[in-house]
Amino acid sequence: MIRVALPGAILVIWAVCALVGPMLAGDPNHIELQRILASPGPEGWLGFDDLGRPVWQRLVVGAQTSFLVAAMVVTVTAVLGAVIGTASGFVGGWIDHLLVRVIDIFMAFPGILLAIALAGVLGPGINNVVIALSVVGWVGFARLARAQVLSLKHREHVQAALALGVRRTRIVLRHLLPLIVAPLIVEGTFAVAGAVIAEAGLSFLGLGVQPPAASWGSMIRDGTRYMLMAPHMVLAPGLALMMVVLGVNLLGDRLRDWMDVRNR
Amino acid sequence: MLNLIVSRLLSALLVLLGVSCLVFFLIHLVPGDPVEVMLGESAQAADREALRHALGLDQPLLVQLLHYFESLLRLDLGTSLQSKRPITELLWERIPATAELAAAALIVAVIIAFPLGIIAAVRKDSFWDYGAITVSLFGVSIPNFWLGPMLILVFSVWLGWLPVSGREEAASLILPAVTLGMALAAVLSRMVRSALLEVLNEDYVRTARAKGLSERAVILRHALRNALLPVVTVLGLQLGVLLGGAVVTEMVFSWPGLGELTIESIQRRDYPVVQACILLISVSYVMVNTLTDLVYGWLDPRVRLGGRS
Repeated sequence: MIRVALPGAILVIWAVCALVGPMLAGDPNHIELQRILASPGPEGWLGFDDLGRPVWQRLVVGAQTSFLVAAMVVTVTAVLGAVIGTASGFVGGWIDHLLVRVIDIFMAFPGILLAIALAGVLGPGINNVVIALSVVGWVGFARLARAQVLSLKHREHVQAALALGVRRTRIVLRHLLPLIVAPLIVEGTFAVAGAVIAEAGLSFLGLGVQPPAASWGSMIRDGTRYMLMAPHMVLAPGLALMMVVLGVNLLGDRLRDWMDVRNR
Repeated sequence: MLNLIVSRLLSALLVLLGVSCLVFFLIHLVPGDPVEVMLGESAQAADREALRHALGLDQPLLVQLLHYFESLLRLDLGTSLQSKRPITELLWERIPATAELAAAALIVAVIIAFPLGIIAAVRKDSFWDYGAITVSLFGVSIPNFWLGPMLILVFSVWLGWLPVSGREEAASLILPAVTLGMALAAVLSRMVRSALLEVLNEDYVRTARAKGLSERAVILRHALRNALLPVVTVLGLQLGVLLGGAVVTEMVFSWPGLGELTIESIQRRDYPVVQACILLISVSYVMVNTLTDLVYGWLDPRVRLGGRS
């Protein structure tokens, strides 16, 4: 029970902070010069940053940044990847060969490197972060969908549908897609964790959100300069980031165990 | 074996060709006029034209692409806009630092992952197993750009044991290597655990036990060796994550490697250097992976024969 409740609670808090938090928490860019680098206390329970801005409010806005980026990136990449992968696996032939090559090429860029390059070239900003992470992210979904479709398309029920003259789009939608949704959802969960870390990473490198907007990554970067005087500036966004990623990963593990028939 | 080598090398070559093409097109993704972005709005028109000509951006796209491949074959990567030095020279200076960091991180990961994974598999569903799973879950969930500053805070600032940043002394390597290696250790320990669990049910393990071998010999000599093969494949693939993570880790610790050069060049809009860095890191990743594949085929006849059919 705790293995679902704990990550569930973390994610609900994250979503609530992201969706309604900024309306309730107050102005994240409100500067109070007397409170610069002030430690957590009654005035601000997570303290204040190097410009005298409240860390709690900025943390809430950072939650919004990471939530929106992750939601957009994962939606776009999952749909795009599933469509491309399914089509490629089902149609086969030279189209499939070509797609495998394209996937290989995208996989040849190590980790976050291509996203860094794209975000760097497109210029800083949250829109470009979404574009960069989407360009990089669809490959995983496409590979998975293709592999699943390849293993399914010779099953009897698909062959039977083909023999009965069912239209190909209908076969894909009714007879294949329902069977590959479960692994795609598991992949999607881990992709959320990946997108959250990647957005924060790009913002940490200065390629993501631009000041005065807040991201957990840019908050960590700002905080590292004042670690001695104000460790709360690094601790707060880092812990928030870790909790969310941990929650998503736990949920992904749980979903994978639950959907994997062999384990039941 | 020859068939395997030829087919792997050919597909690696195709991938390298595609990677170089993508890297070539990077500069064309710069919004607006790349030359204006690189030189700034206040630049003289003559300077702009000179740079445009030097980069070949005044030529048709296809001609540019041909020129690009031709200079790649000559290992000529152009000149840095910032320092006016040949880019190959800049890269050569940075390669040792990144190679050192990646190797050290790999060692850290292996040292942590193997004992953790073995204990978890041997004592499945025990306190040790859950402990190891929890550790690895935290390992994948802590981003390196936060772990790095935290380690600096504890070991450099509070305890004063290790240097904060730079690459002046041998001890400087420890914190960056741990930072970079931790995520890999987490993934790897899970792999070791599941690969070992799979193997432990095999007949030859039962045979080894039945003939009275010590548990230690059964695990280390009979089970682990066979569990290693899938682990090595994952290790090859994870090397990409390691190289990508090195970019961020180098920035945290001011480690003078390729990653730092990449980010600095992005900040200075020195795009030819950015392209060269991305290309070099990706090419080395592809080559290492191809090599892993070949070694794998050489070690395991099943892969070799599978490649022939």
